[in-house]
Amino acid sequence: MKILVCISHVPDTTSKINFKENDTKFDNNGVQFVINPYDEFALTRAMWFKEKQGATITAVTVGNTSTEPTLRKALAIGADDAIRVNTEAIDGLQVAKELAEVVKNGSYNLVLAGKESIDYNGGMVPGMLAALVDYNFVNACIGLEIEGEKATISREIDGGKEILSANLPLVIAGQKGLVEEKDLRIPNMRGIMMARKKPLSILEPISTKTATTTASFEKPATKSACKIVSTENIGELVDLLHNEAKVI
Amino acid sequence: MSVLILAETLEGKFKKSTFEATSYGKKVAELLGTTTVVLAINATNPSELYTYGAEKVLNVSNENLKTFNAKVYANIIQQAVEKENAQIVIIDASANGLYVAPMVAVNINAGYASNVVAIPSSTTPFVVKRKAFSSKGFNNTEINTDVKVIGLSKNSFGIIENEVAGTTEDFSPSVIETTIVSEKIEQTTGTVTIADADIVVSGGRGLKGPENWGMVEELAQILGAATACSKPVSDLGWRPHSEHVGQTGKPVASNLYIAIGISGAIQHLAGINSSKVKVVINTDAEAPFFKAADYGIVGDAFEVVPKLIEKLKEFKTNNI
Ligand SMILES: Cc1cc2nc3c(=O)[nH]c(=O)nc-3n(C[C@H](O)[C@H](O)[C@H](O)COP(=O)(O)OP(=O)(O)OC[C@H]3O[C@@H](n4cnc5c(N)ncnc54)[C@H](O)[C@@H]3O)c2cc1C
Ligand SMILES: Nc1ncnc2c1ncn2[C@@H]1O[C@H](COP(=O)(O)O)[C@@H](O)[C@H]1O
Repeated sequence: MKILVCISHVPDTTSKINFKENDTKFDNNGVQFVINPYDEFALTRAMWFKEKQGATITAVTVGNTSTEPTLRKALAIGADDAIRVNTEAIDGLQVAKELAEVVKNGSYNLVLAGKESIDYNGGMVPGMLAALVDYNFVNACIGLEIEGEKATISREIDGGKEILSANLPLVIAGQKGLVEEKDLRIPNMRGIMMARKKPLSILEPISTKTATTTASFEKPATKSACKIVSTENIGELVDLLHNEAKVI
Repeated sequence: MSVLILAETLEGKFKKSTFEATSYGKKVAELLGTTTVVLAINATNPSELYTYGAEKVLNVSNENLKTFNAKVYANIIQQAVEKENAQIVIIDASANGLYVAPMVAVNINAGYASNVVAIPSSTTPFVVKRKAFSSKGFNNTEINTDVKVIGLSKNSFGIIENEVAGTTEDFSPSVIETTIVSEKIEQTTGTVTIADADIVVSGGRGLKGPENWGMVEELAQILGAATACSKPVSDLGWRPHSEHVGQTGKPVASNLYIAIGISGAIQHLAGINSSKVKVVINTDAEAPFFKAADYGIVGDAFEVVPKLIEKLKEFKTNNI
């Protein structure tokens, strides 16, 4: 099995979000970038298939040179090689088209991605990629088993879960459940040393056209101070929620 | 030209998110000087959507479409887009909506903006405001393609009545073959889901252990709310993973979010920030949640919650 793991390079979850140049650009000053948390689940599941079923793993990122440390981290965790498509990721469709090219040329039969990037929260690249290469696709995946060509997949639905079966090739957009959090891999010293020697190829993009662009950014409106209700008068909270906030 | 809205049904009944998507679609159609078409698959009562501005309902009745299949649905939406010459497709943020929308975008060669929270601020160029950075910011996204897909964020526009003289037309799209099959659906019945809930009651590590969730459930039950929890609570196995909310859990966009014994870490707040009204109950007045909340009680949950339940019961009896 040839697995491609799609890695999105995102600000660490504790980052303060700021914008610059008249709110037209994301300000990455002082921001630490990491592997998108959902992609860590995908990569860890890929490692299981590698260790138990002899799969090979390629990690891929669409992004400029600044994303390479994140890709190296994926190699340190255990991917065999890596590909960087050398263009700035601006729009989901653009990224999906670049990934589709990588999938076609490498004939991967399992593509593991995350359900969304925690920066732009697009939630679109894996589904678009699947549609472009005509692979089966499961979103919000919380379980994946593969026997030969046959996959059994669970996905989260509103208020429960659905079990699906499909043949490879397949694109999966994963989240917690795909593996458990305690099983997530972190790079060790040996992995980091080995990652330096693993191949990281750089491909030029097939196109620079984008379907969407960001015109500007905004921060949420600053909210008014919290009203404190005394423990002696909890009825007041009920009153405020009913008469002021009008939510009950 | 038209604005096409995908309706979501559960056992034939429209979901609330469909009424919101239809209300929103009507507004967008007005801005563009065009009309609304809703695609409804196996709906019991299509005309119900006229109330929210559906000028035409494309009504598909087909036993083979009883179970949602993203690939098949994406293809049917494409057929509807072509038939109705739709320039905008609106899809809600349900699990199925999020699944199918990117596939539709590729099928019809459209730019797709997800998590949209408002009507377009401009139509030429076409710009919509969307949530990003796990609700720590917004971006105004310009969609440059001729046909566009909009993923509407839950509870962002509201359900707005706008009665029109609608018509319902039977539509029999072809159904493509797929090799991906639904084997089983396991619904956790009887409880309100976080995705659909107007009110969410959530507990954190301050509640000490799973045995203390009785009062959280009771509070939720009185309010008709869904229950949720912070990440450590689900990691510790006190509550199921499906209740974990936050940046790496489920997003919450309810009208009211009540946090009990939750400190308000940045990753927790990121997932619940778009709830309209937030209440915190915490012993520590310095807990960061108080900076994010609208109402707060500094106190011990084990005293405050039972009292709150009592007051709500009184309120209920007086307000029926
Ligand atoms: C990559 C990453 C992703 C993460 N994603 C998420 C996420 O999606 N969701 C999430 O929730 N967290 C997430 N976290 C974890 C987050 O950083 C916090 O650790 C977590 O939210 C804390 O949970 P808590 O508030 O329940 O517990 P604590 O921080 O331990 O807070 C407990 C609170 O309860 C109060 N308390 C104690 N006793 C009582 C009492 N008797 N009555 C009332 N109050 C009481 C305390 O004052 C305290 O404020 C993430 C962390 C990382 C690193
Ligand atoms: N620039 C990128 N390069 C590689 N994979 C990506 C990129 N952007 C998104 N992905 C993958 O697609 C998933 C969903 O991302 P998004 O659609 O951007 O929310 C991520 O979890 C990644 O697995």
